[in-house]
Amino acid sequence: MKITRVIRETFTSLNANKLRTGLTVLGIVIGVAAVIAMLSVGQGAQNSITSQINSIGTNVLLVSPGSRARFAAGGVNVIRNIRTLTMTDALAIANPIQAPSVNAVAPIISGGNITAAANGQTTTTSVLGVTTGYFSIRNEAVTEGSFFNDQQVNTHARVAIIGADLATTLFGTTTNLTGQTIHINSQTFTIIGVLKSKGGSLAGSSDNQVIIPLTTARDRVISRPGTSVDEIYVQATSATAVTQANTQVSDIMRLRHHVAVGKEDFSVQSQASLLTTATSITGVLTIFLGGIAGISLLVGGIGIMNIMLVSVVERTREIGLRKALGARNRDILNQFLAESSFLSLLGGLIGILLGWLISLIIGQIASAAGTALNPAVSVNAVLLATLFSIAVGLFFGIYPARRAARLEPVEALRYE
Amino acid sequence: MEETVMRTESLTKYYRMGEVEVQALRGVSILINRGEAVAIMGPSGSGKTTLMNILGCLDRPTGGDYILDGEKVSGLTDDKLAGIRNRKIGFVFQSFNLLQRTSALANVELPMSYSSSANDGRNRAVAALRAVGLESRMKHRPTELSGGEQQRVAIARALVNEPAILMADEPTGNLDSKVGQEIMDLLLTLNRERNTTLVIITHDQRIAGQTQRTIKIRDGLVEETLQ
Repeated sequence: MKITRVIRETFTSLNANKLRTGLTVLGIVIGVAAVIAMLSVGQGAQNSITSQINSIGTNVLLVSPGSRARFAAGGVNVIRNIRTLTMTDALAIANPIQAPSVNAVAPIISGGNITAAANGQTTTTSVLGVTTGYFSIRNEAVTEGSFFNDQQVNTHARVAIIGADLATTLFGTTTNLTGQTIHINSQTFTIIGVLKSKGGSLAGSSDNQVIIPLTTARDRVISRPGTSVDEIYVQATSATAVTQANTQVSDIMRLRHHVAVGKEDFSVQSQASLLTTATSITGVLTIFLGGIAGISLLVGGIGIMNIMLVSVVERTREIGLRKALGARNRDILNQFLAESSFLSLLGGLIGILLGWLISLIIGQIASAAGTALNPAVSVNAVLLATLFSIAVGLFFGIYPARRAARLEPVEALRYE
Repeated sequence: MEETVMRTESLTKYYRMGEVEVQALRGVSILINRGEAVAIMGPSGSGKTTLMNILGCLDRPTGGDYILDGEKVSGLTDDKLAGIRNRKIGFVFQSFNLLQRTSALANVELPMSYSSSANDGRNRAVAALRAVGLESRMKHRPTELSGGEQQRVAIARALVNEPAILMADEPTGNLDSKVGQEIMDLLLTLNRERNTTLVIITHDQRIAGQTQRTIKIRDGLVEETLQ
């Protein structure tokens, strides 16, 4: 039987029962669309995280309390009595003799859900207490005013640099704000600068925060015991010195915290290791979401099988007739396989479009919510979905088609 | 000299119905010559349908030989039998068996989709419809045609591959006697003009009486042959 004729007959028979064909295709459409949307959102999340981590800078290390062994052990604290990081730790790391590859050090403390009020407006924001090194390490810039200096840190000055979004929320503008007063948790601060916008991020917008001196933050806004700090940013002298800097910082910290190699109660993460961790997390997430979406594709496939089985029974006499007219078993097999593959291919194509649309909408919603997430519909995902949907059609079509092909002509013609 | 187109020798066919073995054919030997019009008659349960299925290569005999158009077909595979049905046999059924969702023309073209060479398929299908007098209605669907017209489409479909044998299973069974007679006349005309062997399975004496010869089957055996 010629291929053009097979296609024509497939079309005629599927056209004869439009509602049924439509519903069967819908099952595949939903499955493929879900797979495409999930994979592209996952890919978008990965891209977004990667670009954020890259924006930190290639020569930056982050020292955090707690061990990465904890992460490896599935969240169980394998290291007991984790010591917090302190200002003294930061000073030790900054020692140019012990750590020649370290250029700058910036300990920080941070607090979320803090009330900021100014100009008669009140909003919730997050506060970052930093030392002067922070600005150059994180490549921060101001559109107006200036950063605070070491003297202001030492004198626990009540000065604040506010993010662009926060400025807009409170004052409706980002200009002429220096010298204005802002109340952070009812403490009065003077605005000395407005941060240049960096755009949204997955961890919330950094444009919606207040940066104040670490000393003042500890006094008045975020309570931390002693001189402890939350994290320490370390800048290596160059991108190539990151590995040495990592080793030097780790050595200093082990000595100070009296821990052996492999028993660290802190972690030193470079941008590369952050990237690896983040990529593996989003990778697992993508596979997980894709897998769930894959189940709906499987259900769609079962729908095809169901309809094809019904179709074989309904068309038993037709199959008998075709055999009487000279159709061989393989002609009947091909005809039914063509129908099921066409159903799944059509569903696959519509599903790709729908999935692409869904991922666009998700991207729009995300950006409206201030999160930079650009779902990326990759060629691989499209190819995967297309091939998988055809495979579903063939796999779930083969059993009904074989049943049709094996019908005895005499029995089939007699079927009522 | 007359040429034999169908010859069976001691055809037997046994069915197993659970524990019981049913002997549908118990040694049928018949000869049918090319161009002959033959009726096979018998009451229900006589084995005439089984005989037709075997003669039409839809089924295989349990024992005995069947030589069709010089070829021994009793031991062929499914695919070979399908090929023989396609090239050598045209079927006309009691209930027409047309595909409802396509036009008369597409129905007539159907057997050619299972043939290897059919380049002028459309022309041949139109010619076959002309031969049964339905050229003007070839775009119509079966549901838009009367019973007699539907059976004419079925006859055109049976003719389109120019088979050696036309097998008609109760071709007038679903038609009133007037239309039935028209169909009989058409079949006999085609038999005469084209020299196509016509085998009609029927239990109607009036139909059988119009053929040259009647083979009567009873209890799986040839009872008598009437000229």
